[in-house]
Amino acid sequence: MSRMNLLQAINNALDTAMAADPRVLCFGEDVGVFGGVFRATSHLQEKYGRERCFNTPLVEQGIVGFANGLAAQGSVPVAEIQFADYIFPAFDQIVNESAKFRYRSGSLFDVGGLTIRAPYGGGIAGGHYHSQSPEAYFAHTPGLTVVVPRNPHQAKGLLLAAIRSPDPVIFFEPKRLYRAAVGEVPDEDYQLPLRQAEVIKAGEDITLLAWGAQVEVVEQAAEMAEEAGISCEIIDLRTIVPWDVETVASSVLKTGRLVVSHEAPLTGGFAAEIAATIQSRCFLYLESPIARVTGLDTPFPLTLEKEYMPGPLKVFEAIQQTMDF
Amino acid sequence: MKTTRSTAKPVHKPVFANGDDIQIPVFTLLKPDGTLYAGAGQSSLERDTARRLYRAMLYTRVLDERMMAAQRQGRLSFYMQCTGEEAAVVGATAALDDADMIMAQYREQGALAYRGFTTEDFMDQLFGNQGDPAHGRQMPIHYGSRELYYLTISSPLATQIPQATGYAYGQKLAGQGHCTLAIFGEGAASEGDFHAALNMASVHKVPVIFLCRNNGYAISTPVTEQFAGDGVAARAFGYRMQSIRVDGNDALAVYEATREARRLAVEENEPVLIEAMTYRLAAHSSSDDPSGYRSKKEEEAWRKKDPLRRLQRWLLDRGWWEEDEERELVESLRREVLDTMKRAEKRRPPALETLVTDVYAEVPPALREQFDELVAHVRRHPEAYPRSAPWLDADQADDALRDDTSAHAGEARP
Repeated sequence: MSRMNLLQAINNALDTAMAADPRVLCFGEDVGVFGGVFRATSHLQEKYGRERCFNTPLVEQGIVGFANGLAAQGSVPVAEIQFADYIFPAFDQIVNESAKFRYRSGSLFDVGGLTIRAPYGGGIAGGHYHSQSPEAYFAHTPGLTVVVPRNPHQAKGLLLAAIRSPDPVIFFEPKRLYRAAVGEVPDEDYQLPLRQAEVIKAGEDITLLAWGAQVEVVEQAAEMAEEAGISCEIIDLRTIVPWDVETVASSVLKTGRLVVSHEAPLTGGFAAEIAATIQSRCFLYLESPIARVTGLDTPFPLTLEKEYMPGPLKVFEAIQQTMDF
Repeated sequence: MKTTRSTAKPVHKPVFANGDDIQIPVFTLLKPDGTLYAGAGQSSLERDTARRLYRAMLYTRVLDERMMAAQRQGRLSFYMQCTGEEAAVVGATAALDDADMIMAQYREQGALAYRGFTTEDFMDQLFGNQGDPAHGRQMPIHYGSRELYYLTISSPLATQIPQATGYAYGQKLAGQGHCTLAIFGEGAASEGDFHAALNMASVHKVPVIFLCRNNGYAISTPVTEQFAGDGVAARAFGYRMQSIRVDGNDALAVYEATREARRLAVEENEPVLIEAMTYRLAAHSSSDDPSGYRSKKEEEAWRKKDPLRRLQRWLLDRGWWEEDEERELVESLRREVLDTMKRAEKRRPPALETLVTDVYAEVPPALREQFDELVAHVRRHPEAYPRSAPWLDADQADDALRDDTSAHAGEARP
């Protein structure tokens, strides 16, 4: 075990994957000598050479197109998009190509080796174009797996599982936690299961569901609720799609209440999908409507970021309202 | 040679350049009548390859004529012809190793014909029946073959071009001396993916050949409304990439140009751009009618430059081909296409389960549930689903068989 922050855990996972399999390649904007703007790929070029860890031109559609071809060839590309806000030039290559390679060819070809990493989310005073949470756009595309870790231990285990998944994975890293989240991380090679939510705290009265940096927010809200005598069960969804309906539904069958929280805007956010599915699965067991605590239906702001974000107090209020319904 | 910054001499008055002073010549060997230009050296094309090349061009022409007619008869939902561009496609394919990857746009069935895609393979895809490896998911002409190193066609334009760069980078690392050929039209060369692909290929010294079929039209948009300036070949200069413009109706010239391009790609890791000047003799697709946007006269002028007649004459002159042989071959190919089409039309549709397979490596539980609901619904209303209901139980037997073999599928990564 070593103490690492989330970035070091990502770097350690990439190092582990590259050491274990010579087909693993890391590339993107500034990832070479510089190690990426956040330093997630530090020292990888030194260790594995310029052929396996390299800078690309500033062209997101090219990075993902190139990665699709590499993965189809049998390599295992881990492509970095510098900020999730800048993933949209690559949208066509992701949703029309990565996601559909296997389906459209009847498994003659696939890009299962592909992982796309991107820092995402707010809370770093990043303003408009450095804070978005675009997971719902990709959740609407069958064939993609979207994964979000919440801490260093999860980050290493989930990223290694993503790299070795037989399906293309988009791996969104909560950048607010890059240096803020520190914890014990096993030094050895390990994987955590994709498509499986994790119950991180058992409770009786209400289920709280979140992913990424929002898990910590929900945990803080749960502490406030516990002081008010409300017992909260907390679930980290971890994989946004295909998502773990069973774990969430069985929790709600027990507690009868659900609050889902994410940073992305409300309308069409992934909480909407969860709420629809859970109400159809658990309708007769629900004690109150499923609540959503999310960002506003606006672009992401800079100065009023705290007001925009679904903070612990907003989540706590939603818990109270759900309990008092 | 390799410079990252200009080493040109400074000047002290503003000098603008737009490249108009660079005229890229067209490399051509065969005159329209099929005889060699004076000064054209010996072709490196050998007898067997030449015959295989010509046969694939003939096959493609026969297939296109037959299937276009079938589409007009309402037997096929859609079709796209290679007609007029056979030399550009087949000539380039013949210059490759059969295990070099081809990532095509959509009308390059000549490449598959050259590599031995069978008439049954073509028909099963065109009719989207049980024999189509992609289970009738895509429109007709979206062929693919792993065995023949031909990436399954994707409708979105130009997406295969940066993928070819990535694939070829992997080939370079694997060190097995292969390259990738990306084929696309001049219209696709306007897409961002094209520029991304060339730039990345040249920066990373990737063994990839970009073959632009400059066929005059992107659906109804003529090249004059597609780009200003000297075509697509010149764009390579901005990326410091080797570039050649070739007569795309001259199979010999395309073959020689691609052969040298392949050498540069594989031996020197130099990406190459080839612009094949050709003409789309047929409509863009069966849904298009070129009479609305171009003249018969223009088409006739190009018909006189038919790439098939040109290569045929050269082969006849060398004694490598006989007119009688061709008559019999064409006759038998027509029969083969017609008979195989009739069989393909009658084959069963893909199994219902193929609606949900291949989305992920394994069907996720939520999707399995959606499928089970669908099956229950089809069972309740079989009369409403004549394509799938009659085969429901037979499909389950097929699935049981497939489950037996799919245990090994995960090991099949190249």
